[in-house]
Amino acid sequence: MSSIFFIFKRELATYFLTPVAYIFLVIFLAALGSFTFFLGNFFTRGQADLQVFFSFHPWVYLFLIPAIGMRLWSEERKTGTIELLMTLPVTAFEIVIAKFLAAWFFSFIALCLTFPMWISVNILGSPDNGVILASYIGSFLMAGALISLVSCISASTKSQVIAFILSVSISFIFLMAGLEIILSIFKSWAPALIINIISSLSILSNFQQITKGVIDLRELIFFTSMILGFLFVNKYLVELKKSK
Amino acid sequence: MVELLKVENLTKKFGPLTAVDNISFKVDKGDVLGFLGPNGAGKSTTMKMITGFLTPSSGTAIVCGKDILDEPIKVKKSIGYLPEGAPLYGDMTAGSFLNFVAEMRGINKKDRPKVIENIIEKINLNEVVFRPIETLSKGFKRRVGLAQAMLHDPELLILDEPTDGLDPNQKFEVRQLLKDLSKNKAIVISTHILEEVDAVCSRAMVIAKGKLLADSTPNGLRKEFSDKDSLDSIFRKIVLER
Repeated sequence: MSSIFFIFKRELATYFLTPVAYIFLVIFLAALGSFTFFLGNFFTRGQADLQVFFSFHPWVYLFLIPAIGMRLWSEERKTGTIELLMTLPVTAFEIVIAKFLAAWFFSFIALCLTFPMWISVNILGSPDNGVILASYIGSFLMAGALISLVSCISASTKSQVIAFILSVSISFIFLMAGLEIILSIFKSWAPALIINIISSLSILSNFQQITKGVIDLRELIFFTSMILGFLFVNKYLVELKKSK
Repeated sequence: MVELLKVENLTKKFGPLTAVDNISFKVDKGDVLGFLGPNGAGKSTTMKMITGFLTPSSGTAIVCGKDILDEPIKVKKSIGYLPEGAPLYGDMTAGSFLNFVAEMRGINKKDRPKVIENIIEKINLNEVVFRPIETLSKGFKRRVGLAQAMLHDPELLILDEPTDGLDPNQKFEVRQLLKDLSKNKAIVISTHILEEVDAVCSRAMVIAKGKLLADSTPNGLRKEFSDKDSLDSIFRKIVLER
């Protein structure tokens, strides 16, 4: 257990050793802020809530989560440090969990830094803070699901660029799975059951459910099983690919 | 003699290629075993299996009485390993990297500063402790790699080309260090440099194409081939003839 903590600590520190962390945080906050105020017409809507703010989260995550997750494994494999790490007394699954938690915690820091939005909306009116809290939790869970996916993809290639591009594409499919754009590909030939399964895999629709203010068991199960599922695949990929 | 490493019929196949072919040997406490062989002979692959990075296709190894397949974590605890090319986390400073390894090796928080200080002293890393590893010279990087392998005072040291990239003085120092350490450890090193075998190894094993071709002392090899000049020519004879 303590190994998980030490690897977590090292991974998290690595973000801040390079400019990656600072660039990420600045762009994340600037993008969310400007989208909310300019694209989302925050002021002219005349409503004291953060609905528009949260509606942009999936699209900002689509590009920024791959940016924080792409190096998790591909860099270890490229520089060979994976050999160093995996010959220390620690299991592969512990490393997978530690790396995932470090990236997830980093996204948590980014999310916390959006607190001025919450303050402004509370100054401007009296929003339903329960809905806002639920939305924050939903956004955090969505980030977790995407990070586990990206970490998985990162384990499958030595190239960070490939990891990034694949991560954005596959994240896009998982985000949009419930929408017509993806479903129409299957509708012509797949049975209704498969279409239902695909649409229920949509990260976006599960997130939108939560932003309505109710955290249902259904969505919790969706996000936890997604995270755990990808972490297991991740462990398998690491062991398969480590020496190649 | 305390047997610290026992390799039994170790084999590794990568698809149709057999990288390591049914190798068996033993290493006792006090031994310094030199692994010799041309590039691609299977030296590194053998080391990767013993240290638990690769899973053998068949066969196994017993490290300090524990099977690498049954108790991988316990085995990893008793080994210090310098992988090929000495990979390190370039973003970290040498000091924080050694601290990370000390944490992972389960050294108490209380003892950590002392353990790290000792190894820094032993391997002469004082001047680079606060420098990022990626800015260090090749020789210093290799020494940081050696430091992380020896940090927890393991019973078995496995070093893949420990002196590669070092200048003659540094080579001499590392060899001296290995000699000092060998009294209460078993050490396995791989090398292409045959003078190194003469300088530090109590035993020499020649591997080519995954097969064990010779296992003897450096002088034993000389006798066997009645070659008084150099290990180089013996090495060529073994690899080309057998």
